[in-house]
Amino acid sequence: MATIEVDGRRYTVDERDNLLQACLTLGLDLPYFCWHPAMGSVGACRQCAVTQYRDADDTQGALVMACMTPAADGTRISIADDQARAFRANVIEWLMIHHPHDCPVCEEGGHCHLQDMTVMTGHHRRRYRFAKRTHRNQYLGPFIGHEMNRCITCYRCVRFYRDYTGGDDLGAFGAGDNIYFGRHREGTLASPFAGNLTEVCPTGVFTDRTHAERYTRKWDLQFAPSICHQCAVGCNTSPGERYGEIRRIENRYHGEVNRFFLCDRGRFGHGYVNRDDRPRRPEWRERAGKARVLEVDEALERGGEALSRARRVIGIGSPRASLESNHQLCELVGEANFSTGIAEREQACLARMQRLNRDAGLPTPTLRDIEAHDAVLVLGEDLIESAARLGLAVRQAVLGRREALAAERDIPAWNAEAVMTLAQDARHPMFIAYPTATELDALAEQCLHRAPDDIARLGFAVAHAIDPAAPAVEGLDEATKALAERIAEALLAAQRPLVISGGSLESPALLEAAGNVARALAGWERRGGLTLVRREANSTGVALLGGRPLEWALDALGGGEADAVVVLENDLYQRLPGERVARALAAAGTVIALDHQRTATWEAARLGLPAASFAESDGTLVSLEGRAQRFYAVYEPRYLRPETRLHPSWRWLQALQASRERRAVPDVTLDALTRACARRHPALAGIVEASPGAETRVCGLKLARQPPRYSGRTALRADLDVSEPPPPPDPDTPFTFSMEGYAGFDRPHREVPFAWAPGWNSPQAWNKFTDEVGGHLRGGDPGARLLAPAAGLGGHVDAIPPSFTPEAGEWRLVVLPRLFGGEETSSRAAAIQARSPIPALRLAPADARRLDAAAGDRLVVETALARITLALHFDATLPDGLAGVPAGLAPGLMTGDAARVTLAPRDEGGAP
Amino acid sequence: MREPVREHLQSLASDGDGFVLDPDDRRAIEQERHHYEQPQAACIEALKIVQRRHGWVPDGAIVAIAETLGIGPAAVEGVATFYSLIFRQPVGRHVILVCDSSACFLTGYDTLRQALARELGLDLGETSADGRFTLLPVCCLGACDGAPALMIDDDTYGPVAPEDLAELLEAYP
Repeated sequence: MATIEVDGRRYTVDERDNLLQACLTLGLDLPYFCWHPAMGSVGACRQCAVTQYRDADDTQGALVMACMTPAADGTRISIADDQARAFRANVIEWLMIHHPHDCPVCEEGGHCHLQDMTVMTGHHRRRYRFAKRTHRNQYLGPFIGHEMNRCITCYRCVRFYRDYTGGDDLGAFGAGDNIYFGRHREGTLASPFAGNLTEVCPTGVFTDRTHAERYTRKWDLQFAPSICHQCAVGCNTSPGERYGEIRRIENRYHGEVNRFFLCDRGRFGHGYVNRDDRPRRPEWRERAGKARVLEVDEALERGGEALSRARRVIGIGSPRASLESNHQLCELVGEANFSTGIAEREQACLARMQRLNRDAGLPTPTLRDIEAHDAVLVLGEDLIESAARLGLAVRQAVLGRREALAAERDIPAWNAEAVMTLAQDARHPMFIAYPTATELDALAEQCLHRAPDDIARLGFAVAHAIDPAAPAVEGLDEATKALAERIAEALLAAQRPLVISGGSLESPALLEAAGNVARALAGWERRGGLTLVRREANSTGVALLGGRPLEWALDALGGGEADAVVVLENDLYQRLPGERVARALAAAGTVIALDHQRTATWEAARLGLPAASFAESDGTLVSLEGRAQRFYAVYEPRYLRPETRLHPSWRWLQALQASRERRAVPDVTLDALTRACARRHPALAGIVEASPGAETRVCGLKLARQPPRYSGRTALRADLDVSEPPPPPDPDTPFTFSMEGYAGFDRPHREVPFAWAPGWNSPQAWNKFTDEVGGHLRGGDPGARLLAPAAGLGGHVDAIPPSFTPEAGEWRLVVLPRLFGGEETSSRAAAIQARSPIPALRLAPADARRLDAAAGDRLVVETALARITLALHFDATLPDGLAGVPAGLAPGLMTGDAARVTLAPRDEGGAP
Repeated sequence: MREPVREHLQSLASDGDGFVLDPDDRRAIEQERHHYEQPQAACIEALKIVQRRHGWVPDGAIVAIAETLGIGPAAVEGVATFYSLIFRQPVGRHVILVCDSSACFLTGYDTLRQALARELGLDLGETSADGRFTLLPVCCLGACDGAPALMIDDDTYGPVAPEDLAELLEAYP
């Protein structure tokens, strides 16, 4: 620690920080632009100038840039000094010379760092009276709007885009006072993290295009702390609502998970919440008849009666629904009749991953901790496609070598340009084994593109090379053997080796191989980590809750052992071949579906109960790092649309149970339900810690979902009623649907609906909520960790699969996850549909030639269960004999299945 | 801008469409690429190679260079637009750079520039209608001992008196 003096007051700060970090951590307001807590300092914008004094006798002082000056012990500076203030006022005046006077029509207005800094610096009169330089804007795809005239040339966008994410299609062009940030030619920004530009840019050059058409200022949005439902990483988000629609999703800072950044699927994939065709009232459907809308009482009565008449009721849960909803369904039907709603093969992988997290000896690192690892082995995951934000963290881990090298030369980690110049291409070693090329390959020391079984064999060989007690792999070719040795060497040379695998390829052998590597490393007492990627938002949680696989449920229905089924937020047609699902649902006398989307399963149900989505309900999810996290309703749908009958699924299920038992609906709060779930399932005991509880108050107040300046509350529903009703009650959470509650930053609280502090309207306000800039929330980072390695290692597994050998005329399928278009609910969002690449069949060029097919030809892929027509894409990295198909197209296509591939008849259109 | 100049520039600019990198240039760029650890480092040389052949760097060349070096076109364009002596617009057959740094400024840059403007009928940044000359300012030629200095193509001259200009320019048909 160091003692510094700022404007005559002494403070203790971290001497590894620079003065800007130190001042912001102390809560002092000092304006800045080019510095960003995740990207360090470059000293470009000159906005954070302060006066530094040599000693107590120095009254003159000299200007220094706070972001480029270490917070060394004994440093004396002044923020308030006249010459520093005058300098900062000059700088912002220069920066603003070409900036248009368009705040009223700018989408950044109200959460703009430039506005905040301009006000902070006191620049409120423009003296520049000449023509401004103007730029042409570019089309940058469906996510990002571009308005270059607003640019103040801080370079944050390219530093984030190129250095932090590795994207290469955003550049800085020109020189002097004519600089342009954009693409070489118009077109969609390729990086899956481009959405962060809307928060990284301190002004309105890059804005959220999905928000543009239905725009609302930040201060007029209603927010709640939420958890992204679009994959298993568990990023924290702040969705903003107005008029009963989610208008945009902002990053919500979590010191251990996503910190400052989200992926574009999470940020822009919320459109399904706003779809017009969402079921909003209960529906009753006679066989093949048109649906009839029911009132709640009648729906519950009919549902209860059908259930009480049934011999046996099956409950099918869902990995995209909350733990509470799954638990409530399990209570309704009984544990013996509960299915997780997950297909057998995926569930087998989930069970293995759960076991490995317990007995493979290595802990699961948080996303932030991943960045601190110094060697990475990825077995069978394309992280950017299957868990994008995790992939971004792995990138930082590999680039972490830069900071390590800088530390050796006493260059502080925040000195970004110096660190990059020093390190050049130096990286921590990473090895990736996957059937085809992945985006992270460019950073890897070596990649191996092989069939899943061969990737497993590589993993087993690595484990054996580290620990001779692990089983050896017979018949390994020399190249793979050498690679395994090299990987083992790199992992052993590291302080903190990280092993990553997951369920994407649905290969238990692959997971066991990763487990063996982890056990081998654990035996060496390295501070290693094991990250296992799950697919959906609550896959980890539902696996911990337990239940039979989906096939079992369908068999019980099809075989007549059960005659009723309740399906919770799950489109079964997305999981298993349609025929099989349809047969089972047809055999069931009663099908009750709860969902927030009009899915094929909903259409097949006798009774449909409209569930609230993540935006309108509360519940708990467990992320892939075993973190139980609570999401909270952003808005109450009935407040603005009284005709809707949306309820959280757990509430519907409670009511259904009461109706079946002919008793009144009990008044159970979510906290009570969470506690009941934790009691019933010991593996989930920790989830009660995931939320501070509905009784939590700050300064005696509930936490406000609406910013203090929220406007038009009375006008909002004036078309319904001229007198304004009280805010809807919310007994389940510590939040209120109102601005009348605590909305400050200085009292630490864990769950923050939106980031705002006086003078700080932009996302940079998060610095006011953290213990140090880029640190942890002062109220503690949300969530409770559930997975921890047990004492003692499980034994090595020796089920080593034989090597894959292609067979003539037959292909093995590999189903490849896709960030855009590969996930069920976000694929219903228009923006994601616009961004999804056209699905293609990937074949090795030699294979394609054997079929006499050219790129773009339409080919039919056929397995015992499914058939699909796709355009051909030559994939030079894919091994012979494998056929790569995109996930999310045909559930009957499963990795490892044998497939026939033929040229499509001319008249066959097939999927686009 | 006068019509003939516009036409002339457009005829030159149309070279940018369907740009084909000369095989010799490609080889030269690949050779340069091997001199550096990182392909980006060869960017300037690559742009100079193309400019030597075409007089300027057409749009299509940016993509061709990027492909040759194995980096994104945005990185190449960033370098190309940063340097004022990499021309991203067509220029005349000969480029005249008049130095306006302090030494030249003190020793008669202004008179020299005015004389040039008179002689050629051009202002800074313009190209003559016959496509012969482009007149550009430059911030320093490193020829302060011969101030005021100017450079025509690869030849530096100085000190240059206004009355020398006519003869000087004759050498560049």
